[in-house]
Amino acid sequence: MKAINKVTSSAVPVNIENIDTDQIIPARFLKSTNREGFGKNLFRDWRYENDDPSRPRTDFPLNQNRYTGKILVAGKNFGCGSSREHAAWAIKDYGFDVVVSSFFADIFKNNALNNFCLPVTVSEEFLKELFEAIDRKPSTLVTVDLENQTIHFEGRDVAVKEKFDISHYKKTCLLNGFDDIDYLLNMKEEITAFENKTLTHPSAL
Amino acid sequence: MDPKTLFEKIWDTHVVKTIEEGPSVLYIDKHLIHEVTSPQAFRGLEERGLPVFRPYQIVATADHNVPTENQHLPIKEALSRLQVETLDKNCKKFGIELYGLGHPYQGIVHVIGPELGITQPGMTIVCGDSHTSTHGAFGTIAFGIGTSEVEMVMATQCLMATRPKLMRINVEGKLNAGVLSKDIILYIISKISASGATGYAVEYAGSAIRALSMEGRMTICNMSIEMGARCGMIAPDETTFAYMKGRKFAPQGEAWDRSMAQWKTLYTDRGAEFDAELNIDAAQIEPMITYGTNPGMGIGISGHVPNLRDIEEKEKTSFEKSLSYMGLEPGMGIKGKKVDYVFIGSCTNSRIEDLRLVASFVKGKQKAKDVQVWIVPGSKQVEQQAHLEGIDRIFEEAGFILRQPGCSACLGMNEDKIPAGKYCISTSNRNFEGRQGPNARTFLTSPLTAAAAAITGRVSDVRELI
Ligand code: SF4
Repeated sequence: MKAINKVTSSAVPVNIENIDTDQIIPARFLKSTNREGFGKNLFRDWRYENDDPSRPRTDFPLNQNRYTGKILVAGKNFGCGSSREHAAWAIKDYGFDVVVSSFFADIFKNNALNNFCLPVTVSEEFLKELFEAIDRKPSTLVTVDLENQTIHFEGRDVAVKEKFDISHYKKTCLLNGFDDIDYLLNMKEEITAFENKTLTHPSAL
Repeated sequence: MDPKTLFEKIWDTHVVKTIEEGPSVLYIDKHLIHEVTSPQAFRGLEERGLPVFRPYQIVATADHNVPTENQHLPIKEALSRLQVETLDKNCKKFGIELYGLGHPYQGIVHVIGPELGITQPGMTIVCGDSHTSTHGAFGTIAFGIGTSEVEMVMATQCLMATRPKLMRINVEGKLNAGVLSKDIILYIISKISASGATGYAVEYAGSAIRALSMEGRMTICNMSIEMGARCGMIAPDETTFAYMKGRKFAPQGEAWDRSMAQWKTLYTDRGAEFDAELNIDAAQIEPMITYGTNPGMGIGISGHVPNLRDIEEKEKTSFEKSLSYMGLEPGMGIKGKKVDYVFIGSCTNSRIEDLRLVASFVKGKQKAKDVQVWIVPGSKQVEQQAHLEGIDRIFEEAGFILRQPGCSACLGMNEDKIPAGKYCISTSNRNFEGRQGPNARTFLTSPLTAAAAAITGRVSDVRELI
């Protein structure tokens, strides 16, 4: 997969809290056996009137021409609910490389990282300012710098760039385009040795 | 030795290695899979040219997509059929045991694991499904994972995992009549919110928890994810061991004794520390119901939807959006609200105990005229047991429909959807917008409260009916 480092882009704001994965991609679209093609149903029920793609809801940001870009900005507790990785696939497939929120649900965060889509957790205050900035000027450029773990947007004081957390391991993976399976496959001998020597569970083996 | 929590005892013995400034490589004892979150993982293995590393540690079933009527016929819906057939093909190809449609062990993945004795204390268990937390009721570390992680575990029997923080929730005292374990968990979530336990593994403890049956404990652990928790768990005890004994895949004979010796060490030591702790008084809990579109939006059945002035400023927009979706007003009482559908099922409340309880309440009663009542057993074994005990006849006489096992209207992936705008009282775990069908409106309750609504046609306080 494609490594990511620095993303500079305008952003699409969805200022709603507790966006669950059923909203990101409703269950009835999970019948595919592929990873591709979920983007067209991203936020399906918020995007279209009566489930009809020829009737986009004009009040939903994804349908408003003034909002474009590779960064999705969303309210607190993004991605709660189901473990469906289809949610991360849909976001990535639609064209987002970064999701910014003040809080992410655990499973979603892992799923996003495993798909080279970077979840950036910012403070409540930063998030509020960002929504306001995009509201004033939809073309506001947001810059996410993974190497330095900073996020910043146009018009904000550069001296107070917001820092975000990510584990050193995951950062290395994202910067280099490695995934966890590559890492684990290299550990097969260690894993087998672990199985042989450690009592994991008496009837597991 | 330092005192340890239940979680730490299991976690520490399963860490193969901890990466510096990174996650741990966690060994997985059991991996459960189903048709929806596995096909892309199998495809990933194929693309990498890899076998499944430990096929005997994987168990598969078909549940999310399956119809709940005429299961002996081919699945009508083409895409659902394809997914179920793909699971079949993949399991054959990679040597995995499948309890597919028609198999006597088929059912919702979180119902069959415990029922068959696959779920055992002290294990690490994962599944591409967030309600894997259910299995924690047996004193396991069990949690949901995404499809890339499913692939990871298939390829290496290990997972990259970051150790969560630890929270203990103590529920002390006696439950009031008509209050079930579902009400305990809905109450807890209403107190700490839908994200209140994000980043934590939660251990449930206290006299009210210990007094619960295994089914009741599973209901609680099941919904841990609804407050964001990575997993929920309860220390195994005599109730656990009695439930396990004699189950199909539970250890037998000498192996049982050896297992018991280990299982009995699985509890939180006195003095072990948690990052957060919460105390709940069981006597305070009344039958619960949700009024909004996340499981944290719950109130006691005699209560009122919050007023706008009681909602924090920044949450007002989401609150109003939620109420408008539900067609409810701030401040209104919820009792007496008319309902259109009653769904008793899902991995939260579709076990034999749930069905028995509903049957004992409705025996000799009739459902309200305008209500549709669907009862969907969690597994083939539950279904069969219901027939053996004559529970099916009680339902039939009451005008309920007993369907065949599957996830059904919990997530509306098959035909079982609640029509737009209709109100459904549901024993499942999620009241998200559109969860039970586009624009369907969900009230989450216990099976008893759901049964009461089936009889009266309205949101009712079951305490007034027993
Ligand atoms: S019953 Fe519902 S919550 Fe449980 S596994 Fe099925 S879809 Fe998920």
